Amino acid sequence: MSEKNTYLPYLMTIEKVIKEAPGVKTFRLKFQDEAEAEAFEFEAGQFGEYSAFGEGESTFCIASSPTRKGYIECTFRDTGRVTSGLASLEEGSTMGFRGPYGNVFPLDEWKGKNLVFIAGGIALPPMRCVIWNALDLRKNFGDITIVYGAKTVNDLVYKTELKEWSDRPDVRMVTTVDPGGQTADWKGEIGFVPTVVEKVAPSAENTIAIVCGPPIMIKFTFPVLEKLGFRDDQVFTTLENRMKCGVGKCGRCNVGKLYICKDGPVFSKEELNLIPAEEY
Amino acid sequence: MEVKYISEGGIEQWFKIIVDSGKRVYAPVNARGQVDFKLVKNLGEVASEYIQTTQSVKASVYQKAEVLFSYEKVNGKVELKDFDPESVPETVLWKVHPCDAAGFKPLSAIFNWDTPDKMHNAHLVKTTIVSFSCPASDESCFCSSVNGSPGNTAGSDIQLTMLPDGGAIVEIFTIKGEALIALMPSVFEADKGEDKQKYLAVLPAKFNLEEVNAKLNKAFDSTVWKEQSERCIGCGACAFVCPTCACFDIQEDAHGSKGRRIRCWDACGFGLFTLHTSGHNPREHQSQRWRQRILHKFSYMPERLSVVGCTGCGRCSRACPVDMNILEHITSIAAQ
Repeated sequence: MSEKNTYLPYLMTIEKVIKEAPGVKTFRLKFQDEAEAEAFEFEAGQFGEYSAFGEGESTFCIASSPTRKGYIECTFRDTGRVTSGLASLEEGSTMGFRGPYGNVFPLDEWKGKNLVFIAGGIALPPMRCVIWNALDLRKNFGDITIVYGAKTVNDLVYKTELKEWSDRPDVRMVTTVDPGGQTADWKGEIGFVPTVVEKVAPSAENTIAIVCGPPIMIKFTFPVLEKLGFRDDQVFTTLENRMKCGVGKCGRCNVGKLYICKDGPVFSKEELNLIPAEEY
Repeated sequence: MEVKYISEGGIEQWFKIIVDSGKRVYAPVNARGQVDFKLVKNLGEVASEYIQTTQSVKASVYQKAEVLFSYEKVNGKVELKDFDPESVPETVLWKVHPCDAAGFKPLSAIFNWDTPDKMHNAHLVKTTIVSFSCPASDESCFCSSVNGSPGNTAGSDIQLTMLPDGGAIVEIFTIKGEALIALMPSVFEADKGEDKQKYLAVLPAKFNLEEVNAKLNKAFDSTVWKEQSERCIGCGACAFVCPTCACFDIQEDAHGSKGRRIRCWDACGFGLFTLHTSGHNPREHQSQRWRQRILHKFSYMPERLSVVGCTGCGRCSRACPVDMNILEHITSIAAQ
């Protein structure tokens, strides 16, 4: 039997380690096997299972854009056994990856539309993938607005990219930190993400809003978007739940009858209305 | 399907030849009053006069701890060693109840619904299931309410129905079943025309599955979950004895430069099952976990996989330390 073992990971070399924020790192990963690298394809929104040999597997999104070939990136916070195992790895080390899993942001359907990205804290990574994907195909889209907030200035991830986006004339970049999280020379907004979205007030006309953040941020941002005139089919998010397999079998990530790993992680608000909010 | 007759002495000879053929044979064994599937060599070891084994036969296919692959770190590199299907020995499961044999369908549905599961399939393909129809049932049994019956043959390669003379009606359903018969064809005689139904337990259906399913589709916000699960202590016994529970964890077993990634049984009744690293838990309360258990088996699985996640074996009710009774709970939902 030559059946493929779903759980056997690709071997990846950590090509680059970037320290993003306290406890937060980005890894750039290259496939060790050239044939695997050639065959590998993914789309914005998908995730994978990343493993530190000796510690186990953790679930993160693919944080790099599919338009950037030859590598994938992941960004994670050092919080548990696996993530601290990963965080201790240095450039040149070997780790495991399996994926890509899950559904995708329907970027093709968004051609010609304005995009508003709204992200909080460590939820920028899944958004970063689709932001770069859209920016690399910039002419396909109308106005692009990014609202990103973190608890403190120190907690903002992708600092050089935030500046890069902010410097671009074709991107409206708004960065905010929670009240009290600012530094003396902070020039961005001060306030929680939902409040700042209300202030920035992106037009709902011909626009798609993509919201990623902790459940509490999503909960308070949805009503703001509704107030701004966004219909439920114009609002997208990506959900996270604890996962082990990533392929709809281990039985823990379901929200009602839908599996985040298979039916998600990308959901429109219209789809979310059909599943119980208390399970994510 | 072919029907034959085998005498008491024939069963003894056939069983011996199966063991002598080198196949592993698992059968119910009574060990200090608890009947469970164990590796056996002689027919004399096989238990009789019991209603149900404590654990289902599931563990012989869906291993409690399955090594998915192993690895070794060598000079800064990692070498992977894939699971080898050839390492799985030929196995015969003897005296399996129809409710356990039927459990392999939902298990396979879960493991293979999207991508085939190499490990699960490797075990299943090497397994021959000899079921025995049920002459007796108890108050926990409800197979006939969930598409089964005491003589249900789904999932069986061969089914034996014991006769008063010590012999049995032998029904042969699959190529694997035929291969087991072929080990000693001489002991199988022509069908004597006995009516199988006469020797089966009588077990009328206790609820209507479609009715339950329709009720559950609207029951997510019901107060019934809290009422029913107030005494649940979240021990997970129900999941571990269940022939269809498949939820698992993936764990690492590493020593020095060598390690193995292992799939282990898990249970939706455990508080840690869905706990996020952040501390957020979408199923924080036992009532939410109980709801997940029932909805998964009786609503999500039928809808997504076209199979019910319950075979009515009644083990969860027998094993529950706080006397939760799935049959009572389901019938009360149906009656709502």
